[in-house]
Amino acid sequence: MGRLNRFRLGKDGRREQASLSRRGFLVTSLGAGVMFGFARPASANQIFPIEAALPGDGAFEPTIWCGIAPDGEITVNIIRAEMGQHIGTALARIIADEMEADWSKVRINYVDTDPKWGLMVTGGSWSVWMTWDIFRQAGAATRTALVEEAARLLGTTPDRCTVSNSIVSAGNKQISFGDIVAKGHPSHTFTPDEMAKLPLKPASERRLIGNAELKALDIPAKTNGTAIYGIDAKVEGMLYARPKMPPTRYGSKVRSVDDTEARKIKGYVRYLLIEDPSETVQGWVVVLASSYSAAIRAADALKVDWTPGETAHVSERDIQDRGRALINNREGGVYIFNDDGVDQAFSSAHTVMDQEYTCASVLHYQLEPTNALAFEKDGVYEIHAGNQWQSLILPTLAKALDVPESKVILRSYLLGGGFGRRLNGDYMIPAALASKALGGKPVKLILTRSDDMQFDSFRSPSVQRVRMAFDGSDRITAMDYQAAAGWPTGVMAAAFMEKGVDDKPYDQFAIAGGDHWYEVGSFRVRALRNDLAEKTFRPGWLRSVSPGWTSWGVECFLDEVAHRQKKDPAQFRLELLTAQGRNKGQAPDSVGGALRQAAVVRRLMEKVNWGKATLPKDTALGLATTAGQERGMPTWIACCAQVHVDRKTGVVRCEKLTIVVDAGTVVDPDGAKAQTEGAALWGLSMVLFENTEIVNGLPVDRNLNTYTPLRIADTPEMDIEFLPSTEKPMGLGEPGTTVVGPAIGNAIFNAVGVRLRHMPVRPADVLRALQNS
Amino acid sequence: MTTFRLNGRDVTVDVPADTPLLWVIRDEVGLTGTKFGCGIGMCGACTVHIGGRATRSCVTPVSAAEGADITTIEGIDPEGNHPVQQAWRDLQVPQCGYCQSGQIMQAISLLKDYPSPTDEEIDAVMAGSLCRCMTYVRIREAIKKAAANARGDASNG
Repeated sequence: MGRLNRFRLGKDGRREQASLSRRGFLVTSLGAGVMFGFARPASANQIFPIEAALPGDGAFEPTIWCGIAPDGEITVNIIRAEMGQHIGTALARIIADEMEADWSKVRINYVDTDPKWGLMVTGGSWSVWMTWDIFRQAGAATRTALVEEAARLLGTTPDRCTVSNSIVSAGNKQISFGDIVAKGHPSHTFTPDEMAKLPLKPASERRLIGNAELKALDIPAKTNGTAIYGIDAKVEGMLYARPKMPPTRYGSKVRSVDDTEARKIKGYVRYLLIEDPSETVQGWVVVLASSYSAAIRAADALKVDWTPGETAHVSERDIQDRGRALINNREGGVYIFNDDGVDQAFSSAHTVMDQEYTCASVLHYQLEPTNALAFEKDGVYEIHAGNQWQSLILPTLAKALDVPESKVILRSYLLGGGFGRRLNGDYMIPAALASKALGGKPVKLILTRSDDMQFDSFRSPSVQRVRMAFDGSDRITAMDYQAAAGWPTGVMAAAFMEKGVDDKPYDQFAIAGGDHWYEVGSFRVRALRNDLAEKTFRPGWLRSVSPGWTSWGVECFLDEVAHRQKKDPAQFRLELLTAQGRNKGQAPDSVGGALRQAAVVRRLMEKVNWGKATLPKDTALGLATTAGQERGMPTWIACCAQVHVDRKTGVVRCEKLTIVVDAGTVVDPDGAKAQTEGAALWGLSMVLFENTEIVNGLPVDRNLNTYTPLRIADTPEMDIEFLPSTEKPMGLGEPGTTVVGPAIGNAIFNAVGVRLRHMPVRPADVLRALQNS
Repeated sequence: MTTFRLNGRDVTVDVPADTPLLWVIRDEVGLTGTKFGCGIGMCGACTVHIGGRATRSCVTPVSAAEGADITTIEGIDPEGNHPVQQAWRDLQVPQCGYCQSGQIMQAISLLKDYPSPTDEEIDAVMAGSLCRCMTYVRIREAIKKAAANARGDASNG
């Protein structure tokens, strides 16, 4: 009878009790069926393993990051979103390793918003890199405090104690962490400054970090239906809601609403016009019903007449043409690099290469459509939803609701895919405002797939112009890299923008990757902000963000230069990865600089027998390499794609992806591999299978009938290797995406001699190129 | 009123006849392991077994389930230890996990038809199950591992 009966009858009384109290299962009768709703009480968070409970009273909390209960259970607080990267498990390893904890006692607790956590954001492949130092220090602090108390209880001194597996030993006496808390009074807490001074373990003594045997704590719940995502959140008495989407992302105004037909839908309650003081959602109408299926139908039946915003006729081509115009205007933009001598090198060049690369709009299609449950309780608005950047949306919610930030709390849930979509928490606003309009009554708003795609915060289309100057002996004297796109950070988080060498703010997530680690003489990188893109849609951060498209320009261009110079493209890159000047790297993040990028390229060449492999006709290898997400946090990566091109159909088949990565210390080897597998396949999907196009101001695709991401049959053989390293860990959620597109583009050229400069590469593009060659 | 068996229990619901079974399972019965993805039967996240066959519940009207025997992810094994679930955990298949109920239900159905599936058979049957985290390499491996375990073939386990 499955879990229906397990909860009701309770095979294991203790566990059932824990589940009932912690999870707050509501049991009401409904005909012969049984209803279980998941209503998270304020004290309950997302805990894994799922049968675990939060520590009760008496837990010792030496820092805000962890607590040790009298029974020895160790709870690690995780402020990052769980969206498939098993981040709680990875971070808990770091703190538990330094603590010398018994891993079987470790629980991870995905916390709700609270100012004490600081910046709550999960993106940019940052989580491990951001948490590495603080969690090691917190682990050391915990161990230090427990050993001090253990020494007192054992009648010895801390320096005579050793710690292993949650046991403190001194001579023939020992005591467990749990007993230290239960029998003693550990009270030593630490300030951040004190924590930073504690000595940390050397890499050789780590046993949880880098341990390939440990399993992710969140996985079992994801195999039996017990994992709870935002869309599963329920409270008693809630109404279901679906938005009715206006014809443009911005500026649409409701002229009239007619709910005559909607009233005929059983369960329809009413509609609401959403007035959003934060202007995040404009012209939305929300349909309320007693069930979600009724809300879907009622929204379909509701007739709304809008005056559309000014972008109702904007096309993808309009936006790309605007990008070209911005690039071709010497005024404007922001300079990330602007070395002396660039213009001089181009004006005195013996030859110049000048190419344009373009990338289409790409939708997130995170499998769980965006949704939020909102209600007001005791003057506080609770928003239950999966989200990647709570610190960003919380002030916006407060503004929309016209309440202080202290009166809004976001409760954390698993995310049915993030990929950057849920960095933008816009979907919470209409739920919160609908609840407010109903006096705080709970409203669960879910976007259908077509709603979700219509106003996705998608990856902007982009134009890159890449130029290189050469002297009479074909030596590179200068490079000029320019890219134009909508700026997600500019639109949604302007305060987070970086400043260029001209001191002007720019969106690092709309240019990173253009600022590569190759030695190219005088180097200029200019970022252009596509204002028409930003008027038309809300540009978003999408997995690997700009390096997912800048690498298409940089790495395809380098291949073109190598071929023009009749050099092997891999050897050509190695010649440019000299680690001189700005490319020599710096501690602790980029020790070794470009030499580490050269090392992954060399290892990749060995693995694929580069330059020596014999392959069938129209089949070839192509290579690309990047520094991952950003210069300040380089994950050195190189990829070789083996493709076959069907000259009759234009179909490109990727047969194998071989990838070599140097991400510094690898905390979770299996998770690192899983992230690289998924990221690389996103790269493959974006170069061969998925893209959209803006038509009349909106993405033309609204579901899988026309939007066609990679499926299992498209999945190539994969070989992923991590170079051993004890350097600081970098990110892994996205770097795999960056290299695949250009590796495929370069492989197509090597297979059939045609160069594709627009991503994605569709069969019709290949056929056209073959015909023109 | 529509009556069907769900995970071995009789369930009667009073909803419009054309209500998708998905929303009946999730919102009326309250079993949320079955997921909403595309709503048009093309992502597979809503896959349940009806009469033992993998079926997309988002495009199945509840009236079509009258008298049917339906199993969801919550009902395939009382302890969550179906061989496919075990293989999924052993190979650490799920990432975000949102599609994985549907993947597991589809894989169980696949193994009934093809106890020793080839890559081609796996690709053909699993083609309708989208995994946005792209765990496909592991899904293939886990299906083969579950098949091997079911055959008692330790060498491939």
